[in-house]
Amino acid sequence: MTTKQKALAWQALAVIAAGAVVLWFAHNVVDNLAQRSITFGFGFLFTRAGFDIPFHLVAWDESFTYGHALYVAGVNTLFAAALIIILASALGLALALMRLSGNPLAVGTARVLIEVIRNTPQLTQIVFFYLAVLQVLPPMRQSIHVGASIFLNVRGLYVPAPSGTGWDWIVAGTIVIVMIAAVSWRRLGVQVPRLIVLPPVLLLGLVLAGFTAQWDPPALKGFNFVGGVRLPPELVALTLGITVYTSAFIAEIVRAAIMGVHRGQAEAARSLGLSAAQTMFVVILPQALRILIPPLTSQYLNIIKSTTLGAAIAYPEILQVYARTVLNQSGRAIEVMTLVLGVFLAINLLASAAMNAWNRHLTLQGR
Amino acid sequence: MTVPALLLRAGRLALTVGVAIVTTAAIAHAQLAPPPGPTAENIKKRGALACGVDTGVPGFAAQDNTGKWKGLDIDYCRAIAAAVLGDPDKVRYTPTTAAARFTVLQAGEIDVLIRDSTLTFTRSNQLGLDEVAVNFYAGQGFLVRKSIGVQKAAELQGATICMITGATLELNIADFARSTGAKIGSLLFEKPEEAIAAMEAGRCDGYSDDSGSLAGMRSTLKNPSEWIIMPELISKEPLGIHARSGDPRWQKILFWLDTALKTAEEFGITQANADELRKTSKNPFILRLLGAEGDTGKQLGLDSDWAFRAIKATGNYGEIYDRHFGPNALNLPRGLNNLYNNGGMHYTLPFR
Repeated sequence: MTTKQKALAWQALAVIAAGAVVLWFAHNVVDNLAQRSITFGFGFLFTRAGFDIPFHLVAWDESFTYGHALYVAGVNTLFAAALIIILASALGLALALMRLSGNPLAVGTARVLIEVIRNTPQLTQIVFFYLAVLQVLPPMRQSIHVGASIFLNVRGLYVPAPSGTGWDWIVAGTIVIVMIAAVSWRRLGVQVPRLIVLPPVLLLGLVLAGFTAQWDPPALKGFNFVGGVRLPPELVALTLGITVYTSAFIAEIVRAAIMGVHRGQAEAARSLGLSAAQTMFVVILPQALRILIPPLTSQYLNIIKSTTLGAAIAYPEILQVYARTVLNQSGRAIEVMTLVLGVFLAINLLASAAMNAWNRHLTLQGR
Repeated sequence: MTVPALLLRAGRLALTVGVAIVTTAAIAHAQLAPPPGPTAENIKKRGALACGVDTGVPGFAAQDNTGKWKGLDIDYCRAIAAAVLGDPDKVRYTPTTAAARFTVLQAGEIDVLIRDSTLTFTRSNQLGLDEVAVNFYAGQGFLVRKSIGVQKAAELQGATICMITGATLELNIADFARSTGAKIGSLLFEKPEEAIAAMEAGRCDGYSDDSGSLAGMRSTLKNPSEWIIMPELISKEPLGIHARSGDPRWQKILFWLDTALKTAEEFGITQANADELRKTSKNPFILRLLGAEGDTGKQLGLDSDWAFRAIKATGNYGEIYDRHFGPNALNLPRGLNNLYNNGGMHYTLPFR
């Protein structure tokens, strides 16, 4: 037997052993379920859910099915995750630049923040932010208000809700145009950086759309405000909590990546007459990205999973809606947990694939 | 036939008869005192009852500042340990969250679940569990700020209520909303502490849970007197004892122990007078229950003092209730939790 054949044989053996263990577990589960007269099946997904989901970005009411609840909760999870990824990246970059700035005040502040944040439990921070947010905000009947249609109180931030076909089309159109422009900026041959041009264009589109929309302002009626759009304190606290926590880790990753870029690059840039900011944003950071992306991917995946901590502070994400309410109402523990794990696995595999594609795109060719 | 052969035959006959007698006696004995079932055998072997309880709701199960467990459900665990093992302190408490409680029981980590848990159709038919007895008749109610001046649940239209997840609370509220047209928002937390903190901060208009737990939670508020428990209940929550399916003998012990505690109240047997009554009573029900007459213990696979020991350990049902929910404790009127002859729901099957 050659070495290669031996290696193959060992690998085959390992695969068979792993398969056997999986089969054994499956057999055990089936056996134990039968013994305890517990049935298995996904038919419950098509029955009426009957419970309320207090914060939802897509349509929901009690008459929808359990299956639909997974979609609604999934959108809530993705929304929180996307928001946190953007904010944590920005804050992490800011903290890293502060630590590298050489200004003693900035360096010290960043250092203390990072050490305090990353050395205390995440759940404790989230609950702390939640209770802090609730304590700071005024009670409902003493809302802080801007004009007669924007209210801020302990129940959330209420703003008027826009609607109408004009609004829908202008907003969608602006977003599509801005996205296409952002992707093909170089080919358009514009000399001004896209970050300076595109945000004002987006804003202009929104303002224009705002003129054509019908506005539904929030109004205090009975126990709560009705109408308008509400940003609940649960989402704010969850976003704050995970953003702050993860940004401490991202800051260290960014710092390591920046320091991983050869010093000669910065020196060469400065000697060419580039300013400190230009050196950082045009020369150093683009190169640091290559070192940055793999560990950053892990942080992003952690963020997606950490959104489940929202269950502790009443943010209706997948874990709370599914692994708690639906599991308890339907009694289908194995099915529900399988679904929850499956959904997170799918989301994370997709996120991971996207990050890997970006990484490949940035890799230096021929090195 | 030779003499030795005759002797041999006689010997064989004697042996056969002997075996037959012994077998018959054994069968007869077995019929009189069948074994108490695998769960009880395990408990005896282990020397401790594994009792699943709540993580901390005053009244049902909560630890005091010395770490000692107290509550109505705790007393039930103690009574069972006293009956089965002869010592009420031989209990290993497993605090279980609302979400994990049934899985812990299914997996065999605990022998019995007494965790202010509602007995329902789904739990009976999908979880492989059996409802053994009801030890507390509750209903879902609301704890609200006195100042909002709400009298009926239907007036909570448009309000937001904080509660914990993993129970049937949000479904009851949605069902109530569906049948009355009063839409009540729900905000679900993992733990009661966070839900209560959010409510006190004004995030919600009230807190909802089973009536027994509400009395307990109100006692933990900063200003309990500013809050009231609304008299109206929007659901039926018969709380009680859950056991795994598959060991009917163990379930019989649990069922009759619950009956014994309530019967003791019915006949005026207390922790204090049990010794006395066992010697002096003329009432056959009392004598049977306390093991002075009959063989109730043997039929359950226990000894004759099982119920006597349980009553000595915790007192009768009324004493247990008063210790945790009475005027000197959480002050929750007994209402449905009175015996049937006092206008309540606890109607016990007779010991005969």
